[in-house]
Amino acid sequence: MVKVTIDGISIDVEPGTSILNAARQIGGDIVPPAMCYYSKLEGSGGKCRTCLVKVSKGSEKDPRPMPKLVASCRTTVMDGMEVQNITSPEVVEARKGVVEMLLINHPLDCPVCDQAGECHLQDLGFEHGAAKTRYEFDRRTFERIDIGDKIQLHMNRCILCYRCVFTADQITNQRVHGVLNRGDHAEISTYIHKAVDNDFSGNVIDVCPVGALTDKTFRFKNRVWFTKPVEAHRNCDHEKCNGKVTLWYKGEDVLRVTARKDQYGEVEEFICNTCRFDKKKTSDWVIEGPRKVSNQSVISSNHYDTLHPLPVVKTNPVLQEANKEQFERETRL
Amino acid sequence: MGRKLLLEHINVPGINTFDVYRSKGGYAAVEKALKTLTPDEVVEEVKKSGLRGRGGAGFPTGMKWSFLAKPEGVPRYLVCNADESEPGTFKDRYLMTHIPHLLIEGMIIASFALGAKTSYIYVRGEMMPQIRILEKAIAEARNAGFLGKNILGTGYDLELYVQPGGGAYICGEETALIESLEGKRGNPRIKPPFPAIAGLYGCPTVVNNVESIAATVPIIRDGGDEYAKIGIGRSTGTKLISASGNLNKPGVYEIELGVPVEEFIYSDEYCGGIANGKRLKAVVAGGSSVPILPANLILKTINNESRLMSYESLSDGGFATGSMMGSGGFIAFDEDQCIVRNTWNFARFYHHESCGQCSPCREGTGWMEKVLHRLEHGHGKLSDMDLLVDVSKKIEGNTICPLGDAAAWPVASAIRHFRDEFEWHVTNPTEAVSRNFGLAHYADPLSKPEEVA
Repeated sequence: MVKVTIDGISIDVEPGTSILNAARQIGGDIVPPAMCYYSKLEGSGGKCRTCLVKVSKGSEKDPRPMPKLVASCRTTVMDGMEVQNITSPEVVEARKGVVEMLLINHPLDCPVCDQAGECHLQDLGFEHGAAKTRYEFDRRTFERIDIGDKIQLHMNRCILCYRCVFTADQITNQRVHGVLNRGDHAEISTYIHKAVDNDFSGNVIDVCPVGALTDKTFRFKNRVWFTKPVEAHRNCDHEKCNGKVTLWYKGEDVLRVTARKDQYGEVEEFICNTCRFDKKKTSDWVIEGPRKVSNQSVISSNHYDTLHPLPVVKTNPVLQEANKEQFERETRL
Repeated sequence: MGRKLLLEHINVPGINTFDVYRSKGGYAAVEKALKTLTPDEVVEEVKKSGLRGRGGAGFPTGMKWSFLAKPEGVPRYLVCNADESEPGTFKDRYLMTHIPHLLIEGMIIASFALGAKTSYIYVRGEMMPQIRILEKAIAEARNAGFLGKNILGTGYDLELYVQPGGGAYICGEETALIESLEGKRGNPRIKPPFPAIAGLYGCPTVVNNVESIAATVPIIRDGGDEYAKIGIGRSTGTKLISASGNLNKPGVYEIELGVPVEEFIYSDEYCGGIANGKRLKAVVAGGSSVPILPANLILKTINNESRLMSYESLSDGGFATGSMMGSGGFIAFDEDQCIVRNTWNFARFYHHESCGQCSPCREGTGWMEKVLHRLEHGHGKLSDMDLLVDVSKKIEGNTICPLGDAAAWPVASAIRHFRDEFEWHVTNPTEAVSRNFGLAHYADPLSKPEEVA
C-alpha cells in the first residue's frame, strides 16, 4: 500500500492506482472532475484536461514537485505523494481555462438538449465556467447524422473525449466509427456514413458525457428531471448482458432505459440494445425500487424534494417548527 | 572558418553515392564501433561528447540512450525522426538529400549501441525524393555488407527501413511518431510510460533526430573527448542551422556552437547580412515554436553581453528576454516585415496541425488564430492582446504534448516584445492594412535594466 495525500487528506491505496481513483476513494469535493476518463474503459483519459492537479511533492524518495500540472486520471500515485486539487489556485485557474476552451465551440443548446440535467459539461460549466464568453466568433457546426436507427450523433456538442470510440473497441465486436480529421475540425463519424449496428452499440449513449450521442427512442420525449428513475432487471438472454437497468418513468410510461450509473456517471454494467431500446413496458421488468439520486442533482429536485418550504408552511408557525430540520437543510443549500 | 564535421565533404561531387562517401573516410566509424568497441562503450563515448538532441528539446543524447530499458527477450528499436516539418527548419532534408550515407552510418552505430536489430527512419511524406535517396543509399550499404545479417563479420544483424509518414507536423512528436509508425492515427501518447520503457509495439524505443544520429559518426570516429572540445560550455560540437528570411545568403550552415549571433548574421562566411541593405527587425532563433526576439535582444542579452549561438546563451533571460535553440530554424525579419502577420501565420499553422486530442490545444489554437486574423486585418480591439496572452497561458503546460506550448510561445512572445506594433494595428486599422509598422525602436540599444529594490 502506498500513502498519498490529496488536499491534506491522506489515504492508503494500492500501488498503481491513479490520483483520480485515489481521490474517489476519499470522495467529496476533492475529486477532480473527469470528462474523458472512464474507469470501465481501458486506455481512456488524459485528453480533456479537466482533471489537472498539482503534484507538490513527487514521492517520499524524490520529493521534488512535478514541473507541470498533471492529468490525475493517468498519473499513478507514488508513496508519500502530495497532491493539490481545489487547494491550489493554479489548478482552479487552469481548470477554468479548460472549461472555457470546452465551451467556446459548444452550441450551449441545453434548453433543447436531451442530455441536460445529466450532462457532465453542464455541471462543469456550472461549477467552473465564466458567466460570459470571451469568444466572439462563429462556432464550429456540423450536420447532425443518424448513426443507425436508434442513435443520433450531434457532433456540435461533442467534446472529443474518445469514450465512445473506446466503448466500441472494447465492448462491441466491431468498431465502425472513429475520429476523422484533426484539430478543431476533428469529428466522430462512421466512415462514409455507415450505420453503427451491433448488440451493444447503445452503450455509446451512456458513456457520452455530453449530448452528442442521444437515444432516438427518447429524443425530445421529456426532460430528465421530470422523469422518475427506478431500478429494475429482467432475464436477458444475451450472454454478455445481465439485464440490470434503470427505467425512467413519466407517469406509467417507461420513456427510457439506461444502464445503472454510479455517482461519477459511469455505468456499472453495460446493457444490450434489446434491453435498452425494445423493452419499454413495465411488464417486461422486475422492479427493484426507486433509484437513489444525489440530492445535488437537478433530477432529484423535482420529485423527492421541493426546493423551498411550501407556502402553507411559511405562514404557519406550528408547521414551521415541525419542518424545521428540513427547512434548515434547504436554506443552507 | 569554423570546423565542419557533418558537412565536411558536402561539396565533393557524388558524395551521395556509397563509393565516393567511402573513399572520403565514410563508414570508418562503423568499422571502429563494431570491431573495437562494445555497445556500452559507444554509449559512453556519446555521453562523453556531451551531444545534445538536435531536434529541439536539447536533451543529452547519451543520457537518453542509457535510460533505455533492456529487458530479456524483448526487441529494442531505434527510430530516426526525419519528420522535419517545423516552419523555418530544413537542415535534415538537406542532410538526407546530399549526404544520405552519413545518416545510414549513424543509424548503424546508434542501433549497435542500443542493441536494436530493426531500425526505422520515419520520413515526412512530402519528402518523397529524400525517401528514394535513402532507399538507394540503404541498398548500396547492404550490397557493401554494412547492413543485413552478420555485418562486417561481427555477428551483428541490422535491418533498416524507411517509413514515409503522412505529412502531419504532430507526427514529429516522438510518441505520435511511434503511433503513426505502428499504423495508427498519429495522436501523441500520454506519458509516462516513456518510449524508453514502452515505445514502438510496446518495446523499449529510442527516437532521435536525424542530426543527432549523424553526429554520432564524428563522435565515434574522433572520440567523444575530441567532439566535446568544440563548442562552448554544455553546448558541445557543431550544429546545422537552417537560415532563412531576409538574409543575403540563406541556407544550411554548420556552425561551431558558440558563434556570436551577430557574426552569424553579418559575416560573409555565414549569412552575409540582411538582404537589400535593410535593417534587422526580429529573429526567430530556433524554428517557429520558439519565442521571437527583437533585433536588440537577439544580438545582446539583457545584461548587454554578446548573445552566442548556443543552447545556454540563446535561452539566457528565460522567456522574458530570451529564446531557445530549438531545432535551429533561424528566421530573420527585416524592417519591412509585419510581426502581427507573421504571428498570425504561425498561429494558423498550429491551428491546422493540432491533433485535436486534448481540449486546450484543440480549441485554443483556433481561437488564437481567429483573434490574430482579426488583428492583422484591422478589426482588432485593444483588449485582444490581453486575451491572447491569457489564452496562451491557458494552453501552455496543460496539454499532453509540447505542441500546445509550441503554439503558445510565439504568440505570447510576439505580444511581449512587439506590443506597440499590435496596438498600432488596432489604433490605425486603415493604415495597418496598407503599410507596415516598420522598424520602430526594435533595434535600438537596450536601456540598462532597472535595479529592483
